[in-house]
Amino acid sequence: MVIMTTALALIELTPTGAIRPSARMLLAAAARLGDPVAVVVAAPHKSEGLLAELGSLGAARVVVATSNTDGLLLAHEVEALVAAANAGPITAILAANSVEGREVAARVAVRLRAALAVDIVDITLEAGSVVATHSVLGGAYLVQSTAESGPLVATIRLGAIGDRAAAATPEVMEVAIDVDTSRFAVVNAAADAVFEAGRRDLRGASRVVSGGRGIGSQENFALVEQLADALGAAVGASRAAVDAGYIAQSAQVGQTGVTVTPDLYVALGISGAIQHRAGMQTAKTIVVINKDANAPLFDIADFGVVGDVFTVVPQLIEAIRERSR
Amino acid sequence: MKILVLVKQVPDTWGERSLDSVTGALIRTTGEQVIDEIDERALEVALQYKDATNAEVVAVTMGPARAIDVLRKSLAMGADSGIHLVDDSLAGSDLGWTARALAGVIALDGFDLVIAGNESTDGRGGVIPAMIAEHLGVPNATFLDTVTIAPNSVAGERATDYGTVDVSASLPAVISITERSAEPRFPSFRGILGAKKKPVKTISLSDLQLDSEPSRSLVHSTSKRPPHSAGTKVIDAGDAGMQLAKFLADNRLI
Ligand SMILES: Cc1cc2nc3c(=O)[nH]c(=O)nc-3n(C[C@H](O)[C@H](O)[C@H](O)COP(=O)(O)OP(=O)(O)OC[C@H]3O[C@@H](n4cnc5c(N)ncnc54)[C@H](O)[C@@H]3O)c2cc1C
Ligand SMILES: Cc1cc2nc3c(=O)[nH]c(=O)nc-3n(C[C@H](O)[C@H](O)[C@H](O)COP(=O)(O)OP(=O)(O)OC[C@H]3O[C@@H](n4cnc5c(N)ncnc54)[C@H](O)[C@@H]3O)c2cc1C
Repeated sequence: MVIMTTALALIELTPTGAIRPSARMLLAAAARLGDPVAVVVAAPHKSEGLLAELGSLGAARVVVATSNTDGLLLAHEVEALVAAANAGPITAILAANSVEGREVAARVAVRLRAALAVDIVDITLEAGSVVATHSVLGGAYLVQSTAESGPLVATIRLGAIGDRAAAATPEVMEVAIDVDTSRFAVVNAAADAVFEAGRRDLRGASRVVSGGRGIGSQENFALVEQLADALGAAVGASRAAVDAGYIAQSAQVGQTGVTVTPDLYVALGISGAIQHRAGMQTAKTIVVINKDANAPLFDIADFGVVGDVFTVVPQLIEAIRERSR
Repeated sequence: MKILVLVKQVPDTWGERSLDSVTGALIRTTGEQVIDEIDERALEVALQYKDATNAEVVAVTMGPARAIDVLRKSLAMGADSGIHLVDDSLAGSDLGWTARALAGVIALDGFDLVIAGNESTDGRGGVIPAMIAEHLGVPNATFLDTVTIAPNSVAGERATDYGTVDVSASLPAVISITERSAEPRFPSFRGILGAKKKPVKTISLSDLQLDSEPSRSLVHSTSKRPPHSAGTKVIDAGDAGMQLAKFLADNRLI
């Protein structure tokens, strides 16, 4: 029998049990590194619906982890990956670079004494070894790394990998896991943020419109949302706008917020502090509207308008509507 | 209660930061090095509990000799003592080796609660706290926007990429906090004077009992990306919105 080398992908589920979009990217990456194996934590009766979808995303095998303990923070995900990793030769263990994905990867790497690469933007197999590419210091540098020995545990930036693995008919393996309850925190309640109808998720968005302190108030922030809607873009913000309460913290772009690499980034009333640029300077096209001609963000703008957002943006929205008529 | 706060020295985010083209490591010898802002917040969370209960707060850092400055700052803000892990063989440590060494320090000193930042402003790994918890075999509750510390437990609201999760853990435990958690206090004049008398313990790797060695993450190439350059800049004379729409259309963005 030929022992196939596999790569494990941790599938994220919503609190109601649906597969999160990161699954496509993780299975596409895993397929480059070995036989792609989806590892998912679900009650057995709930897993059937998931199989077809994971197969369509390229999973050659699905490991369904079940357990009789419940309500522990990410415990089953950690134990399921460790069990799957110990079951046969693997090249890599992949998770989304989400808060959950990173945490599971962190614990699994320590348990397996494996090297850990976080927030990578690309991954390939070169001469038998797994090479991860990191985009660091706000995208100013690209760094490639490998594991000294053993498999690489890696978290992949959401939206960084665009392709999709060929569909497969997965074989299913159920594993029952034991969890040492004293080692994990307890989840008392979990809820996904509710996006307003039509609002897009900032991570992985191909277009982003962000507002800064220059927007002036929570009410005025509607202007940012209107332009975002006109462009089919997600809404972002500077930390100053978040601190002033114009919008939720989850919209913060930058050093301590989300890193985005959209095709189009539009900054409204944002000065361009180095910490903001760290989260958006790798955007393909950058548009800046600011009334201060010396705002540093103009230095990296493909198109800059020195002007008042409250006159320029309504005119822009109108012009976009005209063109789409 | 004994609370250990992990404080890291990082290059000031206001300055130009660069990587060594051979090792891929951050150049830490030039530019101003400061205590990471997120760790000041972690310390603030600990100090607020100390103000209410008289808990003992110990600041812990791993870094070269100059990293002692972040302990001084922590003591001036109100920490009771500091521990500095310094060892030449730690230079260029990756995530695995950093977590193993810090876990060794924590295990040596004993603790009820470890508080860290959710993500440093230089490495931005966001994984060290969970890695440490795994080494220590204790629960971790990371990325907390709010924190409630009780004598035997810790709880809070965790901000994830997708929403929120209410979590709790019994002590001993490791938590990490986000920039929403607390506004750090400024050291008072008395605090700065008092800091000089507070104890700082310097230790090296040979003082620690460490878990077996993890596989290393090896950097084999580093390249600098050309910066995004400036293009057209117009001053609004009444039609800039239209000009911008034309630019977007020409670039097939609308
Ligand atoms: C450790 C650390 C981490 C940080 N992390 C982040 C981060 O993740 N993200 C982030 O964004 N910041 C971050 N910051 C904060 C950052 O330094 C800046 O303070 C922040 O980005 C400024 O936001 P702003 O550009 O909206 O505000 P300001 O700098 O105040 O700029 C407002 C701009 O709006 C313009 N303006 C005002 N009115 C109008 C108008 N009517 N029309 C057009 N333009 C107008 C002004 O000319 C000005 O340029 C961090 C700082 C530190 C120290
Ligand atoms: C740009 C860049 C990218 C990197 N990518 C990788 C990678 O993919 N894989 C890899 O193995 N290594 C990587 N490294 C090295 C890694 O960042 C370092 O080992 C670093 O010391 C710890 O990681 P962090 O700062 O990202 O930790 P984080 O997990 O982001 O730190 C969270 C918290 O842990 C505590 N903490 C972390 N380090 C210390 C310390 N030295 N002393 C006290 N408290 C501390 C602080 O409370 C901090 O807020 C990278 C480094 C850089 C500069």
